[in-house]
Amino acid sequence: MAGKKEQPQDIKRREFIGSTILAAGVATVAPGVLLTVANATSEDEGANSEIRWGMLIDSNKCVDNCTACVDACERENGIDLLRRPQGQGDEMWNAQRPQWIRKVKLRDRQTGEVTNLPMMCQHCEFPPCVDVCPTGASFKRADGIVLVDRHTCIGCRYCMMACPYKARSFVHQNVEQQTIRAPRGKGCVESCNLCIHRIDSGATTTACQDACEKDGHKAILFGDLKNPESELSKALQQKSSRQVRADLELNTGVRYTSL
Amino acid sequence: MQSSTGILRAAGVIPAVVAALFSMAVHSGSAVTPGSRAAGMEACVAPTAEIRRYHMDYLKHDRIKVVRDGVRGVKYSLAECVDCHAEQDGNGGYHPVNGDGQFCNKCHEYLAVSLTCFQCHSKKPEQKRSAASLSGEKNAGQSSLFGLLMKFDEAPALSAEEMAQLHAISRED
Amino acid sequence: MKKLHYSELWCSSPRYWGGLAALTFIILLGMAAAFHMEHSGHWVTGMSNQVVWGLPHVFAIFLIVAASGALNVASIGSVFGGPLYKPLGRFSGLLAIGLLAGGLVVLLLDLGRPERLIVAITHYNFKSIFAWNIILYTGFFTIVGIYIWAMIDRKAQKFYQVTGFAAFFWRLALTTGTGSIFGFLVAREAYDAAIMAPMFIIMSFSYGLAFFIITLMSAYWWASRQLGSHRLEKLKNLLGVFVGAVLYFSLVYHLTNLYVTQHHGVERFILLDGGLYTVMFWLGQITIGGIIPLFMLYSPAFSENRFAIAIASLMVLIGGFFQIYVIVIGGQAYPMNLFPGKEVLSSSFYDGVVAAYTPSLAEGMLGLAGVAIAMTLVAVGARMLKVLPESLEDPEEGIA
Repeated sequence: MAGKKEQPQDIKRREFIGSTILAAGVATVAPGVLLTVANATSEDEGANSEIRWGMLIDSNKCVDNCTACVDACERENGIDLLRRPQGQGDEMWNAQRPQWIRKVKLRDRQTGEVTNLPMMCQHCEFPPCVDVCPTGASFKRADGIVLVDRHTCIGCRYCMMACPYKARSFVHQNVEQQTIRAPRGKGCVESCNLCIHRIDSGATTTACQDACEKDGHKAILFGDLKNPESELSKALQQKSSRQVRADLELNTGVRYTSL
Repeated sequence: MQSSTGILRAAGVIPAVVAALFSMAVHSGSAVTPGSRAAGMEACVAPTAEIRRYHMDYLKHDRIKVVRDGVRGVKYSLAECVDCHAEQDGNGGYHPVNGDGQFCNKCHEYLAVSLTCFQCHSKKPEQKRSAASLSGEKNAGQSSLFGLLMKFDEAPALSAEEMAQLHAISRED
Repeated sequence: MKKLHYSELWCSSPRYWGGLAALTFIILLGMAAAFHMEHSGHWVTGMSNQVVWGLPHVFAIFLIVAASGALNVASIGSVFGGPLYKPLGRFSGLLAIGLLAGGLVVLLLDLGRPERLIVAITHYNFKSIFAWNIILYTGFFTIVGIYIWAMIDRKAQKFYQVTGFAAFFWRLALTTGTGSIFGFLVAREAYDAAIMAPMFIIMSFSYGLAFFIITLMSAYWWASRQLGSHRLEKLKNLLGVFVGAVLYFSLVYHLTNLYVTQHHGVERFILLDGGLYTVMFWLGQITIGGIIPLFMLYSPAFSENRFAIAIASLMVLIGGFFQIYVIVIGGQAYPMNLFPGKEVLSSSFYDGVVAAYTPSLAEGMLGLAGVAIAMTLVAVGARMLKVLPESLEDPEEGIA
C-alpha cells in the first residue's frame, strides 16, 4: 500500500483531530469559566462558616394548646397548601403529611411536672441523617443548617430511619401548589431548614419565632451560636439549657431550657 | 485515504447539527408568550440563542450554588424564568408556565423533553401571601430578593438589531 | 466415579412455560402495583412518617440476605473443598444472582423517586452504608458472574480458586453491609447493636440454604432428574446447623438488650406485649422458623423423607420473613424515647406511641414480584446455561 505517499495527508489528519479536540475542550470548559468569572463580582457570599445558626427554646414560656409556631411554619413553608388525597382517612393523613415543627406535651413519670415544647430538626453538628444519605442529598450548610437538596434526593428514607428526633417528613402525595421559597414534590424527604430563605435574604428571625413573639410568649429565640455577642449566646450563657438526647453527642443547634 | 475523508465527513456533521439546532430555535421568531412580562422586555438575562441552548446547564449550575452554598444572588434562577414568562390570566393571576401552550411547555413538548422542574417548583410567580414577602420587600429592586428578582441594572443591554445579527450569524453556520 | 455432565434445564414444554407464565403473571401484578404506588405517591401504602420502611423493604432485605447465603454452597465447594457440594456450585451462583436481582428491584421500586436511579449511581456519599451497599451489590453481580464463568468454562478454570475466594469474602462483606444498615442506626433502640451484622450473616446462611434446597428440589422435579438422598441429607444437616445458629444469635441479641435497662422497653414490646409483633416473634420467627424445622431436620422419623425436608426449608423461609418483619417494622413501630423519664401526653406526630402500620395490597404484590423475578431469572438462566448436573445421584462409594 502507498504508505509513504499518504504521510502528509496523515499529518493533516492528525492536526485536524488535534485541533478538533482542542476546540471541543475549550467549548466545554469555557462556559464554566465564564460562569465563575461572571459570579465572582457578586456581592452575595452565601452561607458563612463563621456563623452557626441555632435556637433556644424556653419550655416554661411555651403554652399548652398554643400552635402559633406550627401554624406560622406551615404558612411560611407552604405546607398548608398541601391537600389531603381523596379517600385518605384522618389518622393516616396526620401520619403522612409533612410536619416540620410539632408541639409535644410531656409529663415527668416521677414528679408529674408537665412540660410543653416545640420539636423540630435540631440541626446537629454531626447529623446522622447526613451520614447515612447515600447520595449526599442530605447535607449541612456552612452555617450549620441541615437540609435536603431535593434535586438529588431519591426518596430512600434512610435519613428518616437515622434521625433520633423524628424530625423528617416524606412527601407522600402529588403536590399541586408550592410557594417559590419552599419547593416541594412527591417522593422526597424534607424537614425544618430554619427558614433558610429568610436567613439568606438577611432576616434574623424565623417564622416560628415571629409567631411566638407576636402571641406574647417569646419562647423561641433564634440566632448565631458562634457570635458571643448575639442575644442567643448571651441567653445560653445565663440559663442552663440542655440538648434533647444529649447522650448521642450530636451537639444540636437547638437547645431547650426548663426541660 | 478513505478513512481520512470519513473522519472529515463525520466532523462536518457536527457544525451542521449545531446549525440545525440554532436555526430550528431561531426560525419561529419570538417564542415568548404574549401577556407575560418577558414580552415587554428587550432580552433575557443572556442572549436568546444562548439561553435557548444552555438554559438547563445554567440553571443546574446556579441551583447548586443556591441550595448548597446559600448564594442567592445568582444570575440564572428558575423563579425568575417563571416570573417573566408566566402569562397573566386576566384575573390578576397567572397561567402555570408548564401549562398547555405556555412558554416552557411549548418547546419542551415539541422536543419531547420532560419538564421535571415543576414537580417541585412553583409554576406561577409569587402572589403575596404571607410574612415572607414582608421581610424581602425592603430591599427588592436594588439587590436581589431571595435571588428571585433579577437585578435590573444588570440586564444585558442587547438591542433588537444586535439580537437579529446574532441570530443571523448562528443561522449562517 | 462417574463423570459429571451438566446440561440445560430441559423439561416438557407445558410444564416449563406454564411455570414461567405463572411467574410472569406475578411479576406483572407487582409492576402494576409499583406503578400505582409511584403514580399516586406513597400515601396509598401503609407507610407513613412513623413507619418509613414497610413491607417492600422486608421482602427486599429478605431476598438480599438470602442471595448472599445462596452462594454458600458454591463457597463450600471451592473454598472449603467439599466434593459433594462442588457439582452444585454453578446453580448456587445463579440462584445468588437471581435473588439479589429480585431484592434490588423491590428496593428500587419502593424509592420515592425510582426514576432517579442515575443519581444514586453518580452521587456517592462514602460515609453512607447505603452507598457502600450499592457498590457491594454491583460488585457481587460481577464477581459471581465471573465465578460462574470460571466454573463452566474449562478455559477459565485457572480463575476458579481466585474467584471462589473473592466471591466468598465479597459475600461476607455484602451481608455485613446489609446488617449494618440497621446496626449503625443509633437513633432506634431496636437497632443500635453491633451484633446485627454477624446476625445477618448467619441469617443469610440459613435463608440462602433453604432457598437453595427448595429451588434445587423443584428444578430436579421439574426436569425429572435424579437427586441423590445422600447429598440432600448433607444439605439438610447443614441447614439444621444454620437454623440453630440463628436461634442462638437471636437469643444473644435479646439477652444483651435485656441487660441494658434503657432497652427494657423495646424488649418488652417485642417479647411480651407488642401484640402482632410479639406473635410474629414467638410464633413466626421462633416456632415456625426455628423449633419445628429443627425437629423436622434432625428427627430420625423424617430422615429419609424428602417432603419433610422441603417443608422444613419452606418453614425456615417463612420464619425468616417474620424475623425480618419484626426487625424492620417492629423496630420502627416501637416509639423512640426522645425524653427519658417523661411520658408523652400529646403530640401531633405520634411521639411516644406505638406507630400503626397495615401493609397495603400493592406493597405485598410488589414484594412477591421480587420473589417471582428471582425465580424467573433462575428458571431462564438454568435453561440457557449448563448449571445443573444431569444427574445428582450419590457417588457409589460415598465421598471419594
